[in-house]
Amino acid sequence: MASIATGKAGTSELFMGNEAIARGALEAGVGFAAAYPGTPSSEVIGTLAEVAKEGEIYAEWSVNEKVAMEVAAAASFAGVRAIVAMKQNGVNVASDFLMNLNLTGTKAGLVIAACDDPSALSSTNEQDSRPFAKWADLPLLEPGTFQEAKDMTRWAFEISEEISNACMMRTVTRVSHARGDVELGERIPPSKNARFTATSPVDFTPYPVPFKHHQLIAKLTKVRELFESSPFNRYVGPERPELLVVTSGACWFYSLEAVKALNAGDRVGILKLGTTWPLPERFLQKNLARTERVLVVEEVAPFLEGNLKEFVGGQMGDAGPLTFYGKRSGHIPDSGELNPNLVAKALGSVLDLEVEGVSPEYVQKAQQLTGSHTHMRAIGFCAGCPHRATFWSIKNALKLDGRDGFVTGDIGCYTMALGPTGYFQVKTVQAMGSGVGLACGFGNLARTGFDQPVVSVCGDSTFFHAAIPALLNGIYNHSNFTLMVLDNSATAMTGFQPHPGIGKTATGETTPIVDIEALCRAMGVRVEVTDPFDLEGTTEKLLDLLRDDGGVRVLIAKRTCGLVRARQGEPDYRVHIDAEKCRGDDCGCARLCTRVFQCPGLIWDAETGSAKIDEVICSGCGVCADICPAGAIINEAV
Amino acid sequence: MTEKDPLNVVVTGVGGQGNVLISQLIGKALVKEGHHVTIGETYGASQRGGAVMSHIRISRQEQYGPLIPEGQADVILGLEPVETMRVLAQYGHPGVIVIANSRPVYTMAVTTGAAEYPGTEEVTRLLGELSSAAWVINATEIALEMGASILTNIIMVGALVGSRALPLGPEGLEAALRDSMPGDKLEMNLTAARRGLEEARARQAVAG
Repeated sequence: MASIATGKAGTSELFMGNEAIARGALEAGVGFAAAYPGTPSSEVIGTLAEVAKEGEIYAEWSVNEKVAMEVAAAASFAGVRAIVAMKQNGVNVASDFLMNLNLTGTKAGLVIAACDDPSALSSTNEQDSRPFAKWADLPLLEPGTFQEAKDMTRWAFEISEEISNACMMRTVTRVSHARGDVELGERIPPSKNARFTATSPVDFTPYPVPFKHHQLIAKLTKVRELFESSPFNRYVGPERPELLVVTSGACWFYSLEAVKALNAGDRVGILKLGTTWPLPERFLQKNLARTERVLVVEEVAPFLEGNLKEFVGGQMGDAGPLTFYGKRSGHIPDSGELNPNLVAKALGSVLDLEVEGVSPEYVQKAQQLTGSHTHMRAIGFCAGCPHRATFWSIKNALKLDGRDGFVTGDIGCYTMALGPTGYFQVKTVQAMGSGVGLACGFGNLARTGFDQPVVSVCGDSTFFHAAIPALLNGIYNHSNFTLMVLDNSATAMTGFQPHPGIGKTATGETTPIVDIEALCRAMGVRVEVTDPFDLEGTTEKLLDLLRDDGGVRVLIAKRTCGLVRARQGEPDYRVHIDAEKCRGDDCGCARLCTRVFQCPGLIWDAETGSAKIDEVICSGCGVCADICPAGAIINEAV
Repeated sequence: MTEKDPLNVVVTGVGGQGNVLISQLIGKALVKEGHHVTIGETYGASQRGGAVMSHIRISRQEQYGPLIPEGQADVILGLEPVETMRVLAQYGHPGVIVIANSRPVYTMAVTTGAAEYPGTEEVTRLLGELSSAAWVINATEIALEMGASILTNIIMVGALVGSRALPLGPEGLEAALRDSMPGDKLEMNLTAARRGLEEARARQAVAG
């Protein structure tokens, strides 16, 4: 397979946007790739890691985005083209380094792929990464198609080298995680002459800061000139449109489709910008002069809209009076991702046109017939997930403890313990590692009357990413809480990437395992380890730790992710219901298994009035057998 | 059959049913035959038992965006009955063609007893009424009969090709399977695809 490495120039392949970015990097002779996984960015480095050996490049999963950017910058400093990828939250993590790297500058091309997640389809926020480029005075590219994702990546390396600074490329989920046919170009091999040579004592530093800052802004002027003639900026439509749509990224497709749907091709022109910071001013001026009305179509923040207005304002009337429509005017929603329907609606309201849709009779009939059946399908833990078992025990331990204890949460599959399959146990969620930071704070409120036990949960990958400093902080400052590391030996939410606790690198090489238990012990705290599938044992251990008040305690709940176990082989048990023992609604358990435990492998058979195992979904973990008060769920060894 | 351009196909189901795999399979096969293909997928959190959807857009002329506008699906391939209904209500129109698996994956509301799941007869009637042609296939049962429920999605993709709703013939699908399946799994998947193909061809669609 691996067609991102093997696909021949001139042929077309169906690539995910992130694979197209990876291929673009290979065509640019990338030699070094790093990232911390995060949806929707993970496949950029994941794909490069798969082909790293044959491509003679280096690829790594770094412990977090800041380190990823640092290792990539080192490659650039040594003359090797490098790419670093991250989701929008990751840009925040890396930003401390970024805001010094920009002043320092780079040597070989360095590309930062920032993949945003409008509507937060798999995120805790939907922040827009683009203002970071403006803030850091770095060039910004926004691919609108899969072909552009590849071609712009290749170009981004050239821009980076042209100005000796990093070049940022921003995609959204509908580019990164969508697929389309891409025509491939030639690959070039990476540099084999890595060498670090400083030409002055401050060559690789931001010093002297005002001078380097001045240089940084001069580089931006150079970039603006490059952008003036970029083929990624183009206009389609009539010579003098009634309305000019200015757009970037995935919204390019939506705008094209909306104009078509409204049959407004003779009234509306589309100005597609691929280079969105700094703005190509002469190009813009020429195109803005076509019209008096502008609709800005973009996701998520009104970034382009604000910059366009800033530009037009600075022209002192040269562009003529322009009326702007967009997020500020309310024509484009202020939050969430866009789609062809929303853009058509915005266009329709500016042009006073009706969007022709499906016949209202069909829509009504469809609602009538399906409405009662299509209630929401809530997400939850998979069958066989260790987290369900863990939160069952946490719920019971906190109840037995009886002091109104609660759980601070973190980022990973276990965030879903906000919902019913984790029994609503998680009460806070913010950034990576911040559940532990919050626990540190709660655990030092005793002087102000606080007496609730605090449990912080974080996954193994999150532990390495950002929880360790917070844990140290808690120990150092005598905070009082229990950290539960939910160690499922996987970065499960993003696609099972390895991390320092796994013993494998991104490219599959064996590496020493960093033992979370030993690491915590070395910090001098009490550490217990439990198997979450042992419900009684886990509850008892947690209860004991909760009562061991004073200081920080750690409980490691260790059991491999259910999906990973399922791939590895046979289930532990064949689970079935003993129809004699399950008395259904007459039992008095009030359907504890299906109503409360909520594993998708356990269903309710309305005909027989008893619980039933769905053999397609059940993973054979056998945990439910321990919760049935009637002993009606039977684990048969396989 | 249809020459509609772009042809809009929605593949829907529940996280874990192999939605992404089959949309990729269809997409690769069509790119090989010279079509422009765009696929938009729901990912991430929806992997964990949530509703998932892939939008596939097929064109001889140009590349389309990754999201199908509401009311503009031409074909819906449903791996799960209620998810098929959900997509129909949002993306369907009187001319849509539906190929749906009959096996439910219960929502938590059904499992906890807060809601009821419609029976297969009811599902078949509804899908027929809201489409120009509908096939309801017992794909999961066939897969279990073949010894592996994981084959459900390949049986369904076979049925999709069998319905002649795509500009893709059995040879194209088999070539795509040969390209993407590991050697030891290939024969089983080819058999599953053929079973699905026969299921759709042997039966008349339920007409709306």
